[in-house]
Amino acid sequence: MEPTATTAPALPRSIDEIRAEFPILAREIHGNPLAYLDNGATAEKPLAVLDALDNYWREHNANVHRGVHTLSEEATALYEEARTTVASHLGADRREVIFTRNATEALNLIAYSWGRTNLEAGDRILITEMEHHSNVVPWYQVTQEKEAHLDWAPITDDGRLDMDAFAALLEKGPKIVAVTHVSNVLGTINPIEEIARLAHDAGALLVVDGAQGGPKLELDMAALGADFYAVTGHKMYGPTGIGALFGRRELLEEMPPFIGGGSMIKKVTKERITWAGLPAKFEGGTPPIGEAVGFGAAVRWIDELGLPAIHAAEAELTTYALDRIAEVPDLRVFGPPAGDERGGIVSFAMEGVHAHDISEILDRHGVAVRAGHHCAQVLMERLGVPATTRASFAVYNTRADVDQLIDGLLDVRKVFEL
Amino acid sequence: MDELYRDQILEHYKRPHHFGRLDDFDLDFEDNNPFCGDEQHVFLKLDGDGKVSEVAFEGQGCAISTAATSLLTDELEGMTREEILNLPKDFVLDLLGIDISATRMKCALLGLKVVKGASLGQPADWEDEGEQGDPAEFERSGI
Repeated sequence: MEPTATTAPALPRSIDEIRAEFPILAREIHGNPLAYLDNGATAEKPLAVLDALDNYWREHNANVHRGVHTLSEEATALYEEARTTVASHLGADRREVIFTRNATEALNLIAYSWGRTNLEAGDRILITEMEHHSNVVPWYQVTQEKEAHLDWAPITDDGRLDMDAFAALLEKGPKIVAVTHVSNVLGTINPIEEIARLAHDAGALLVVDGAQGGPKLELDMAALGADFYAVTGHKMYGPTGIGALFGRRELLEEMPPFIGGGSMIKKVTKERITWAGLPAKFEGGTPPIGEAVGFGAAVRWIDELGLPAIHAAEAELTTYALDRIAEVPDLRVFGPPAGDERGGIVSFAMEGVHAHDISEILDRHGVAVRAGHHCAQVLMERLGVPATTRASFAVYNTRADVDQLIDGLLDVRKVFEL
Repeated sequence: MDELYRDQILEHYKRPHHFGRLDDFDLDFEDNNPFCGDEQHVFLKLDGDGKVSEVAFEGQGCAISTAATSLLTDELEGMTREEILNLPKDFVLDLLGIDISATRMKCALLGLKVVKGASLGQPADWEDEGEQGDPAEFERSGI
């Protein structure tokens, strides 16, 4: 391909204007301005989301579906409008978007419904060493139950999926390949389109954990080639308690329900129960209505800024962070080098200081990071560390946040007399 | 600024007392803190009267969990299993002598949990402190 001169798309508003949309960013922590670098755990919420939530609860709250009164019709319209927004964001049909509690529940839905129906003794599922526990545990459970095998694709020393080893494991004929889009520890952006092609050629379905990809990458399910894709609202600037599962329609049609209860049936008699159509079949019980409305508002807010511009801004900041963090002695930084294969996540370990102590001292500098195993204990073992400290960026982060992080890390060395 | 990381704590973290394994021991127990992955393994040797004559621990953890267990092991010699099982959580917090926030309480008390497990020969009946947050801590924080 000919190299083309491309300029990164610009955000439509200044960083100061964007920051002003997040009231929490004005907080001071221990007398310092908040440098919120724990976005991989959850993102802060813009006014667009806070206002949508407030407006829903104050003006429109009612239970959805079947209520023949004005508020119920309004609540239903808002809930379904949120689904349309998410579907359009994912390049999917409305019926292919199931609202769940979070990405974890979405992945469990697949393992429980598709897995328990289609897996047999001796079958295989292929996951990777960089998976979050939410894309490990459901597969472990279903393979244990079905006496099937769980294979682990290894990673390279610089934190990429080892594609040769992955291709070799595909030859064992897994029925499911489950892989994260963006590693929550390494920041690695996996080549999902290539993985999808390889998985499909090997006769497997591809499940993608998009918990970290959702807030960072433009998504088009058809182009990506994922059969299932899980996202969570709260990492995408929306509220907690709401996520979504994309599933290809013909797969969802064949799958049995996950949770039984109200809303997910077509007809109930003493002898026989038939299921509602998509997506209701997978949404038993009163759904998180206000949360879905907030999620819809968050997705609209993201789309208005544009994910290519968000990604470009985060990539620029990540490059700056990787440069500056190299100034701190005795720091081991994990993951691929800055570039197209790296999302805005920087994990590191400091020789002689535990991640918790780093995080505690950074907090006194107003810097919020995450410390621990990041629900990725297999990856910790592969990296040879008990825990890492992780800084993860969102669109509102600035170089000043990174500078505050570096000052804090230098202070850690001082406190620990290194 | 650092009451939490004062010299005594850092000294015990960098050079923990009784760190290592016992080749000859009567009781041992290993446990971890599932939220952060910190692990500790303690070994106890008892004398003819059933009192602790030797103690050792190994594992990986933060400054608080390592220092707390190091300080605790200094106190265990001469104690019976029953005396260890009756040790209150404040015993360790007093040894540390610093304010421990709700989120770090699990770090501070991991060693006590493991030592009690060794004395009992099974996981001690234990509710981790601070998981739900300590209301007193919430008030102190002034939110």
